[in-house]
Amino acid sequence: REWSYPEWGLFHTCACVCVCVFPQVHVKMADEAVCVGPAPTSKSYLNMDAIMDAIRQTGAQAVHPGYGFLSENKEFARRLAAEGVTFIGPDTHAIQAMGDKIESKLIAKAARVNTIPGFDGVVKDAEEAVKIARELGYPVMIKASAGGGGKGMRIAWSDDETREGFRFSSQEAASSFGDDRLLIEKYIDNPRHIEIQVLADKHGNALWLNERECSIQRRNQKVVEEAPSTFLDPATRRAMGEQAVSLAKAVQYSSAGTVEFLVDSKKNFYFLEMNTRLQVEHPITECITGLDLVQQMIRIAKGYKLQHKQEDIPINGWAIESRVYAEDPYKSFGLPSIGRLSQYEEPVRLSGVRVDSGIQEGSDISIYYDPMISKLVAYGASRADALKKMEAALDNYVIRGVTHNIPLLREIIVHPRFVAGDISTNFLPEVYPDGFKGHPLSAGDRRELLAAAAALHIAAQLRSQRFLGEQRSVGHWELCLELEKSVHMLAVSHSRGTYTVEVDGEKVEVSGEWNLASALLPLSINGSHKVLQCLTRSPAGDISLQYLGTTFKVRVLSVLAASLSKHMPEKLPEDTSSILRSPMPGTVVGVAVKPGDTVAVGQEICVIEAMKMQNSMTAAKTAKVKSVHCKTGETVGEGDLLVELE
Amino acid sequence: MIGCKRSRLLHNSRWYSISHLSVQDRIEEKRRAALVGGGQKRIDAQHKRGKLTARERIDLLMDPESFVEYDMFVEHRCADFGMEADHNKYPGDSVVTGQGRINGRLAYVFSQDFTVFGGSLSGAHAQKICKIMDQAMMVGAPVIGLNDSGGARIQEGVESLAGYADIFLRNVMASGVVPQISLIMGPCAGGAVYSPALTDFTFMVKDTSYLFITGPDVVKSVTNEDVTQEELGGARTHTAVSGVAHRAFENDVDALLNLRNFFNFLPLSNKDPAPVTECHDPSDRLVPGLDTLVPFESTKAYDMLDIIHGIVDERDFFEIMPNYAKNIVVGFARMNGRTVGIVGNQPKVASGCLDINSSVKGARFVRFCDAFNIPIITFVDVPGFLPGTAQEYGGIIRHGAKLLFAFAEATVPKITVITRKAYGGAYDVMSSKHLRGDVNYAWPSAEVAVMGAKGAVQIIFRGKENQAEAEAEYVETFANPFPAAVRGFVDDIIQPSTTRKRICRDLEVLASKKQTNPWKKHANIPL
Repeated sequence: REWSYPEWGLFHTCACVCVCVFPQVHVKMADEAVCVGPAPTSKSYLNMDAIMDAIRQTGAQAVHPGYGFLSENKEFARRLAAEGVTFIGPDTHAIQAMGDKIESKLIAKAARVNTIPGFDGVVKDAEEAVKIARELGYPVMIKASAGGGGKGMRIAWSDDETREGFRFSSQEAASSFGDDRLLIEKYIDNPRHIEIQVLADKHGNALWLNERECSIQRRNQKVVEEAPSTFLDPATRRAMGEQAVSLAKAVQYSSAGTVEFLVDSKKNFYFLEMNTRLQVEHPITECITGLDLVQQMIRIAKGYKLQHKQEDIPINGWAIESRVYAEDPYKSFGLPSIGRLSQYEEPVRLSGVRVDSGIQEGSDISIYYDPMISKLVAYGASRADALKKMEAALDNYVIRGVTHNIPLLREIIVHPRFVAGDISTNFLPEVYPDGFKGHPLSAGDRRELLAAAAALHIAAQLRSQRFLGEQRSVGHWELCLELEKSVHMLAVSHSRGTYTVEVDGEKVEVSGEWNLASALLPLSINGSHKVLQCLTRSPAGDISLQYLGTTFKVRVLSVLAASLSKHMPEKLPEDTSSILRSPMPGTVVGVAVKPGDTVAVGQEICVIEAMKMQNSMTAAKTAKVKSVHCKTGETVGEGDLLVELE
Repeated sequence: MIGCKRSRLLHNSRWYSISHLSVQDRIEEKRRAALVGGGQKRIDAQHKRGKLTARERIDLLMDPESFVEYDMFVEHRCADFGMEADHNKYPGDSVVTGQGRINGRLAYVFSQDFTVFGGSLSGAHAQKICKIMDQAMMVGAPVIGLNDSGGARIQEGVESLAGYADIFLRNVMASGVVPQISLIMGPCAGGAVYSPALTDFTFMVKDTSYLFITGPDVVKSVTNEDVTQEELGGARTHTAVSGVAHRAFENDVDALLNLRNFFNFLPLSNKDPAPVTECHDPSDRLVPGLDTLVPFESTKAYDMLDIIHGIVDERDFFEIMPNYAKNIVVGFARMNGRTVGIVGNQPKVASGCLDINSSVKGARFVRFCDAFNIPIITFVDVPGFLPGTAQEYGGIIRHGAKLLFAFAEATVPKITVITRKAYGGAYDVMSSKHLRGDVNYAWPSAEVAVMGAKGAVQIIFRGKENQAEAEAEYVETFANPFPAAVRGFVDDIIQPSTTRKRICRDLEVLASKKQTNPWKKHANIPL
């Protein structure tokens, strides 16, 4: 799954060991593929025995661990070394030193790297935590020593919050990592997350390959990244780069690595952690530096010296990466979704666009892995150019069968604050305090969308009257369209592929090829090029159109059908307060109630785990439990009934 | 409306005179009366129930200004119980009939008018329906019935019953000659239910339509069962439980717009070829997703609809009976613009086995396609017939035989794709080569065998040791497409992604297929 790297097959120095569960893109690209076990990662990609077997079986000389899974596992690196197989990555020593948050901070301090003021030792109890917090000054961050990915992390603004945070974090740390050691540090409010890519060889040479700005995050996971950062000046960049290199040298680092910093509004930067592996977002660094990081890692692993000097490392142009996830952006900026990619087309024919993915049409997005579909990278001469290319790439990306986050990505990259470079790790909650709601339609957008929907409807109507070449033509239609609960009367006329649509007193000209089988709908709307996507089109006039990233539902009816529709009975929506449905696919890890129990508003009813995330389902009203439809350990789909209340 | 235009013509002609004027006035007055049916109050009541009037329904179903009405002046002939009084006579009586166009293609329609005597069926009402049915058969065009009727016109007694029988007879005579579609848009009870039951397709409107032999009151008095109208004969009951209706729609508007779409799939008569529409989907399009669809483990399910949607034009599949006997999927789609009927076992439900309900569902669909020159594409993944007393006592033998019979007698182009399991008698049934399948393909994942490996080994090597080894040997020998391919029982083993391309090409070749069955009065399908 990690192998999404197109150039991989070119390196003949290593046999290609590819671990697989079922046919995917990386299996096709590899010369040889070995199955390492069934879908749960603990039985396959995290199963060291199986992977060691695969290595022996294929006679592999070197292993590139990708990112995630065993890429930062010192035990894996040790076992490879014991078998005489090269681990394409740093030494066990560096992995271990940087893997521990407390130890890494001590090393960083010794190497004169700026660190966040805080307590480096292990915090004994809640009272000690409060004492340290008072010394540092609020706010403070309490986090697990062994942690990562936001687990076991709490922010405290007062003594009480510190005590509570200490308790929660140590519990969470114990259950997630089997290690309840905590540390406390000053919390940098509204920071940016900027990281430096380093490259070091086994001969004591090290380089910094500029920065990546990764501030757009949700739940401490990156969503949009760019290189370079709009925020850094050359002096700060150099200072950060030099500190990163000095840290790498301090741990005798070799291979590619990333030093993450938090940067405050005054351009003070603090060491956060070092990732001893290739990062997901490495392509943007490759774009602006022209270096192939995986190739460099292989060279270094082979024992070669670095090819470049620091002054050889350029910043050419601008690169932006969007992480395309199979998740619903309307639910807390992204809850995982699963499904089969019934249609899938990457926008790779556009210039300046790179898509790294391991899936194809027909692939399943399952609950077993991270829900990432692909990394979509746009590269341009300037930031504005790159953003424009990203817009086009997102509009031309066809994903059907799973819910995806393109609506959110498309909104972020055109948001004035993002365009101005005014971002921080709090960007999403600040910009969308009530959650993401999709693209807000301006009056002009609305006209365009309605005109496109009307034209599409008529194009389909006209075609359905063409049997065996016979054609009857009418040239003028009156339509009634409903969009976001408002109703519009439209007049449409047609000649030679161009529809003139009168919307709210204004004329909109829509022309295109009108290929009704294609997922993409490239249109010219009043002379400007727009790519829409038609997701569904029902005989009863319901059309779903993806426009500016967001999917809108439009109902198109003839004036007659619309006028008769007012007599149709209103269907009562299901009363959702007395039923609890799974908001996403996952596994039931606990059911706290049984039929007959009385639950209060907000009381936990059950817990669903999906993609390693636990979600507590609570009661929407105080009532008696009527029936329970799920069991612990059961897998449930999105919308499955879990519990009914009376 | 043609009628109106003619009256204006008369008006302007030179034979204009005083005596004509009064006739003219009467014509106009009758027409006006006919257009409002049972009057504004009843129309309002109809709307309040969430239902459209008979004429509104026709307007929505037919192309604008294409409807030509017949028998607007027909009135009922009942002289008992005060029915002869003028205020009890409604021009056109309780049904609107005529012909018109749907996307330019001819269709005959009758629409029962609930605002006139609750849409009850009088002798005159029946006569109007029979008239358009007779003409539809003569010219070769489908008949669409929009049913909304309280039942027989009780005041007319046996006259009304005779009317029903006249319609039934025509339903039977028209069966297999022109497509007949019923859309139930209100009550349809008692003897009246047998007309929709005789037609090819019965659709219903959710929450506002009911079909039953006897209503809840009679049920209560006879069997002492408490049941609501909806539970007894609503859209959910008939689309999911009884299998009487083929599909249900949200409301009148939704149903009529969907019916227009459905009509596009149908040929006008048994002399018409399957219609071909303009198609934007390339016929040689590869479907890469299909190469990875069938799971390695033969016990793991997948969704047959993924195959169907991937292969047909524009993922447009009109499923028939989507909520009934879900272990078989049937419906209409297009391949390179040409209508085809699709039959597929659904591994996702009951492993895709054949049981009583799925056999009957499949058989009726196959016979419709065969009657109306629609090629049949069959996707096979069937582990066999469902065992057990429930099925045996229910007569799985004679019901299963229906599907066998239907596939065997069909002379339209038949293309079969074995996607995975084709076990036992069910292999034979599912449009196999032996039943005159024209082109039979196997995917590399196909297993054509008498039964699954485990069962087979238990019989062949009964009491012997090394069952596991024998099972592996059996899998090696039979759990692949070769045994069938070497015997020519499948014509080719194809890469799943090329399936669309292959089928489109075959359909072009088979378009000129001619095959006849021996002369007979009619066959004797095991009913």
